[in-house]
Amino acid sequence: MNDERAHDALALAERALAHAMREGATEAEALVMAEDASLTRFANSQIHQNVAETNITVNLRFAVGKRVGVASSGRTDEEGLRRLAANAGAIARVVEELEDWAGLPAPTPIQALPAAYAPATADASPEVRADGVRAVIAAADTAGVTAYGSFSTSLESTAVANSNGIRAGGTRTVAQLLTVSMGPDGGTGYAEQAAVDVATIDAAAIGRESAEKARATANAVSIEAGDYPVVLEEYAVVDILDMLGYLGFSALAVQEERSFVEIGKRIGSELVSIVDDGRDPAGLPMAFDYEGVAKQRVTLLDAGVCRGVVHDAQTAARDGVTSTGHGLPAPNTYGPFPLNQVMAAGSASREDLIAGLERGLLVTRFHYTNPVHPKLAIVTGMTRDGTFLVEGGRIVGPVRNLRFTQSYLDAVAGVVAVARERKTLKGFLGGAVVPALRLDGWTFTGTTEH
Amino acid sequence: MRDLTDRALDTASSLGAGYADTRVVRRLDESIAIKSGRVEGVASGESEGFGIRVLVDGAWGFAASHILTMAEADRVAAEAVRIAKASATALRDATVLDDRPPAHGTYETPLQEDPFAVPLERKIADLLAADQAATRVKGISFTESMYAAQREWKTFAATDGSYTEQTITHVGSSVEANAVDGDEHQRRSYPDSGGGWQAAGYEYIRSLRLAEHAEPLADEAVALLTAPQCPSGRFTIVLDPSQLYLQVHESCGHPTELDRVYGTEASYAGTSFLTTDKLDEGFRYGSDLVTIVADATAAGGMGTFGWDDEGVAAQAVPLVENGIFTGYLSSRETAPRIGRQSGGAMRADGWNRIPLIRMTNINLLPQPGKSLDEIVADTDDGLYLASNRSWSIDDRRLNFQFATEVAYEIKGGVKGRLFKNPTYTGITYEFWRSCDAVGDERSYVMLGTPNCGKGEPGQTGHVGHAVSGARFRSVQVGVGKW
Repeated sequence: MNDERAHDALALAERALAHAMREGATEAEALVMAEDASLTRFANSQIHQNVAETNITVNLRFAVGKRVGVASSGRTDEEGLRRLAANAGAIARVVEELEDWAGLPAPTPIQALPAAYAPATADASPEVRADGVRAVIAAADTAGVTAYGSFSTSLESTAVANSNGIRAGGTRTVAQLLTVSMGPDGGTGYAEQAAVDVATIDAAAIGRESAEKARATANAVSIEAGDYPVVLEEYAVVDILDMLGYLGFSALAVQEERSFVEIGKRIGSELVSIVDDGRDPAGLPMAFDYEGVAKQRVTLLDAGVCRGVVHDAQTAARDGVTSTGHGLPAPNTYGPFPLNQVMAAGSASREDLIAGLERGLLVTRFHYTNPVHPKLAIVTGMTRDGTFLVEGGRIVGPVRNLRFTQSYLDAVAGVVAVARERKTLKGFLGGAVVPALRLDGWTFTGTTEH
Repeated sequence: MRDLTDRALDTASSLGAGYADTRVVRRLDESIAIKSGRVEGVASGESEGFGIRVLVDGAWGFAASHILTMAEADRVAAEAVRIAKASATALRDATVLDDRPPAHGTYETPLQEDPFAVPLERKIADLLAADQAATRVKGISFTESMYAAQREWKTFAATDGSYTEQTITHVGSSVEANAVDGDEHQRRSYPDSGGGWQAAGYEYIRSLRLAEHAEPLADEAVALLTAPQCPSGRFTIVLDPSQLYLQVHESCGHPTELDRVYGTEASYAGTSFLTTDKLDEGFRYGSDLVTIVADATAAGGMGTFGWDDEGVAAQAVPLVENGIFTGYLSSRETAPRIGRQSGGAMRADGWNRIPLIRMTNINLLPQPGKSLDEIVADTDDGLYLASNRSWSIDDRRLNFQFATEVAYEIKGGVKGRLFKNPTYTGITYEFWRSCDAVGDERSYVMLGTPNCGKGEPGQTGHVGHAVSGARFRSVQVGVGKW
């Protein structure tokens, strides 16, 4: 750890930890999250919202024996930290003991992760973001469509200090540009790129991709709901990974019997392999979790077979294993979460994927998905921003959006081709690296008017 | 506090802001989470900071910080102006705000029993009693119960001289029982799946009587494991308030947000089918029985306040009157575009977010005549659906699909056997036009959600919905395999 921000965050965590120990904690953990985040938003081809914030949160987990309390505060002065420790301690002293409290985690070696940080993102100014937005708008103007979207840059320093000796600190950067284009004849398109380094985001290319799709989806026609083979673009695939992570790839979900995961059971096609890897530079890396434990690479699906789930300290203790470094900030009743899913690439080009559809649909992305039956991973949602009928391996034309009600387990079982190119995208909570896919079936259950 | 707000506004003005407003917000949170009869997490949180929003030559900028010093007020105000000037490099139509009188005064949520003054031990014991009552039921796999309270002290000041101070308190609680057998996972919750929430004190939590509901609730979750699958087809459905409030939220609240109509949320949550031409033409949104109002003055609602985050006084705005679409949730920027004054719906999620058009309390007004029980008694053949399990709606708020935790068969006016995994779907205006009964005051209840997502960066809104239950004819129940 060599960056000044992380050093300052860790020093603050240590001060908070010292207050907790003085207050009578038998164990304590201080988590500091410091953020400078900015976002430039545009609609109707102009910037309409443009914001920046400087924020810090100190989260203190305070244990007295097996009694645990958590308090958080934005105050960093000594009196604020003293009060924070007093509040957390007061909670710990009135709650019941957690019978299976396993204690706070022990230190793990944390390797530096330079790939998580880019100076250009850390220093990104409002003018840099406005430049990117103007490039997207210019592409929209050229195509005769209107641009909507956002361009964000953030600098996040995280530090954890606990009474078992964990001292973890790091700074990461994240940038994201996304745009929706709308054409005069009802067409819409979408494109997105997320990266550690804002300088690698090609705003003009993102603008062109979205604008061209909006032109291509003009005057979409209705199509009957029903079962169709599909090609899902990366923007749709990221939703599948997010939802599987949310519903099943957590040790707590397995312990509570609400997960579909059974280690060794085949749930996916042999073409589907998914890992969670916080150190993969292709994603949005992070070196350690919110308990200060080094992130381990966890194989979730290997050639379609369940191989693992992610653990935090508490779920690991229950299973008699060590944490994989997937803890979220306390208190966390949901359990550990895979924040860095990476899906293995295949060998197909985008054209190959489409060419393999005798009659099916090409889907750009999903909208407002939600589980209908969590244990079977049955999810409903809509298509959005570009759905096309494909016949004889060629795109015939745009169709109006469809509702689907689909088991995402059946979806991964039905993968018949995987693209060789992948995109880095921001998901529900973390980042994901995903290819486009062709699936042998997808159940569409309703239609709408656009 | 006035020194800080004056300093921020003066600095912004001196650097070129034609208009500026600032909010200083301190937020206190407390939560208790219980799982399977044991206290899993108790937490308190405190957050404080200020944000300043500036308009420079018709372009917006906003900056915020947790550091409450004069020097930081200068830095943040200057940053907001710099951001606004960057916005101006991609500006096509300068922003114009409506006129409104400067706002002055104070507001405080009325409450009887300060939730932060109730001893933590008492609150834990109350929740534990409810959760353990559910846990004891044979066949229950796990339970989850929660209590939460939030208080916000908010000072608003603007360059037009406005200065208001508000103290707003929200509380919520729920108990949930889960039964799992193989691939089947059934859940029942009370008072609804997101919890009962109000702008109130601990007296509201006591009024929920969670412990009394826990055991029958858990019995029902277990019974659902072996209940038949809800049939598919066209049915008459009666929606319990625990589901109807979310139907109102998704299919009336969101599409009447005027910023969505003008596309400013297009890149995230989408737009709206309720375009302004439909306001002019008197679009039929629902049947004559459907009257929906956005009421920021409603007792107990989490959308109740003194002034919104632009300093516009709380008011009641009709959205749908006797089935006809008549109004929007609006702001000082959007309302003039339809020739109206702001309806006072701009709300921000804390000090570090800009205000957006948000729901206040979107209430489906009760209709005199029949109680909800009498509506059931008046139904020969149908389904009674309660407590939301899943929700989804398209990006123009037309095609929706909801799942509920439970369906009860209605035969000859009597609620009978349980069905599991019910879903229903439709097109918003077709659905509301099929409404042929709305319950009267006797079942009118204020519910709401603390998890309404909107905006980039993301904001979570606390909104209220008062509903009494309603009946709809010929609704598609079940979708394909479901």
